Amino acid sequence: MNVALAKTETGHALSDAFAVARDRLPGAGKVAEARQQAFEAYERVGLPHRRIEDWKYTDLRALMREVLPLAAPPDAAALKRAAAALKLHAIAGVRRLVLVDGVFAPGLSEAGNLEKGLGIRTLRDVLGAGDARLQAQLLGPENTDSMVALNSAMMTDGIVIEVADGAALTQPLHIIHIASGGTPAAMFTRSLFVLGNAASATLVESYIAAEGAKVYQVHDSLIVSIGDSARLDHVRLIEDGREAFNISSSQVTLGAKAHFNTFGLTSGSSVSRYQATMAFDGEGSRVETNGVNLLNGRQHADTTLFLDHAVPNCSSREIFRAVVDDRGHSVFQGRIIVRPDAQKTDAKMMTRALLLSDEAEADNKPELEIFADDVTCGHGATTGALDESLLFYLRARGLSEKEAQALLIQAFVGEAIESIASDSLRELAISAAQRWLAARG
Amino acid sequence: MPLLEVKNLQVRVEEREILHGLSLTVNKGEVHAIMGPNGSGKSTLSHVIAGKPGYEVTGGEILFNGEDLLEMSPDARAAKGVFLAFQYPVEIPGVATMTFLRTALNAQRKARGEGEYSTPDFLKKVREVAARLNIPQEMLRRGVNVGFSGGEKKRNEVLQMALFEPSLCILDEMDSGLDIDALRVAADGVNALRSPDRAMVVITHYQRLLNYIVPDFVHVMSKGRVVKSGGKELALELEASGYAQFEDAA
Ligand SMILES: Nc1ncnc2c1ncn2[C@@H]1O[C@H](COP(=O)(O)OP(=O)(O)OP(=O)(O)O)[C@@H](O)[C@H]1O
Ligand SMILES: [Mg+2]
Repeated sequence: MNVALAKTETGHALSDAFAVARDRLPGAGKVAEARQQAFEAYERVGLPHRRIEDWKYTDLRALMREVLPLAAPPDAAALKRAAAALKLHAIAGVRRLVLVDGVFAPGLSEAGNLEKGLGIRTLRDVLGAGDARLQAQLLGPENTDSMVALNSAMMTDGIVIEVADGAALTQPLHIIHIASGGTPAAMFTRSLFVLGNAASATLVESYIAAEGAKVYQVHDSLIVSIGDSARLDHVRLIEDGREAFNISSSQVTLGAKAHFNTFGLTSGSSVSRYQATMAFDGEGSRVETNGVNLLNGRQHADTTLFLDHAVPNCSSREIFRAVVDDRGHSVFQGRIIVRPDAQKTDAKMMTRALLLSDEAEADNKPELEIFADDVTCGHGATTGALDESLLFYLRARGLSEKEAQALLIQAFVGEAIESIASDSLRELAISAAQRWLAARG
Repeated sequence: MPLLEVKNLQVRVEEREILHGLSLTVNKGEVHAIMGPNGSGKSTLSHVIAGKPGYEVTGGEILFNGEDLLEMSPDARAAKGVFLAFQYPVEIPGVATMTFLRTALNAQRKARGEGEYSTPDFLKKVREVAARLNIPQEMLRRGVNVGFSGGEKKRNEVLQMALFEPSLCILDEMDSGLDIDALRVAADGVNALRSPDRAMVVITHYQRLLNYIVPDFVHVMSKGRVVKSGGKELALELEASGYAQFEDAA
């Protein structure tokens, strides 16, 4: 029952699979209609391929070939394996919200005893219960990108978080996606984070696999709305299994005088794509979006960011670092649009790639479209190898080749990691980077 | 057994021979000075001893405590006690000096099968050495050599030497870029490390440094060879007469 993708011979299998899965997907009426439309939008294109400009470096038809069948809800054995994986990635002091094989796992989560101003529900509940306001937000994303459309059609569960106006959450929220490692399958999740005016919160997202998990697909999306004068600190850590696929999309909207500090680190998965749209909807707001790819073997990781400066007086900073070894392939696409009204925009983007082997690859595609005249915008991109003279200096002081490389790699990614505003989140990113370095030997 | 034996060393860089059969023997407890005109191959010799890539050894050998040094990786040489204070120490932005020092010291100790230093012991040792060399703590908080003046970089090399306690110290133009006071402090640091178990090879253009670090032997290098060896008085002779007399000999 694989949801196969080439539109030609296998088109039927695909529709059949959606028909079969439909009974398990929450929401009736409008929601079901929206799913149907989204699925049709997906079917028209199928998996994105290199002739679609946005996906030219990440040809999913070649890399992923097919969408796997919808994962079964986790049974007791799956939850047990997930619990074991969770132990290794637990972060102290956070509120854990766990999705196992794309389904909320209450037994592994801490969804009770909520702080004042914090509301947590599941996507399944919200789509099922007919909450029109939240549903509208969840169904907000357009179906122009076929992977977003597929996610809209198939979303099975996720976390819906609301933070009331003025609430300053002290405890970070940690959404953990765990693939339990049953049969090869796909999970489709969508989460929503609504941060009220003058509220503040911290969100961590992790993607991990239980021991023995091999081929699986994560299809995730996150919708974030940041109120006026609100602040969200956000970190994503993609530490999926080495044969996994992770296709994630996010849509972030900022009100006035809002602040979004976000950082992503990808060291796991075989093929991953993170596509994020960040749109300014009120003046005086700021986005810092930074990331690091740490790749080896034949890993492929694509980060595609779209900064939409639609209103005046907003600023954005993008710092991206890729470290690529073996035959890895890192992609960074950064598009910034400054719309005609967006005077006094201050937008900067800097991306650097470090290639550790002759066969490693990095593609950087910065794109600035500026339609306002009184703006400060800039971008820069470099690609290079480790500096031999620095390596020799370190080795002459007794560091092995791997140790010397590790110090220089840490220094290289340091600038992106330093831009994480919160100390504890920065520590998380540093330890994820160290796990990757340690695994290199 | 000599600490260091360079025998008839021939070295090429990018198809060009730079060292044409150089020999040098250094015993424990000795201080050797190497002098010679620009481009005569002094830094090349020091790089080959330290194991810098890019040099092709086409003949001869280097023994360190009787072992074939050329077979060892640069880090293995460091762990065995070879230390080169670079003529041009590099800046390493983003690598904190303290992290670097600790990683290096512990890597060397680990390679020798010794235990790692605990953090308090390490800090204590660094502070002691830094104080002796007039290196402010603030400098140690920066990236390795980042924003250091020329003289500060050289002092940082001496700091590492004191910390790692190598058995062979090669100082490549430690005096260049140092003012008189800094020179004295650095030379005192070097002299404090003189011991019967340790040898020094001091590369310099100026007799002045040798007033502070008094050598047992002085060698003149020209065009990739040692063309004359003598006692410390040879340095004074050179100061008076220059290198011209050796250009032909080479
Ligand atoms: N990487 C290289 N490529 C080409 N030639 C080189 C290289 N390194 C050194 N050389 C050449 O080798 C010769 C010796 O250089 P070296 O740096 O060893 O001299 P030196 O005696 O240390 O000089 P100085 O007193 O100026 O420091 C010079 O002619 C130099 O140009
Ligand atoms: Mg030199």
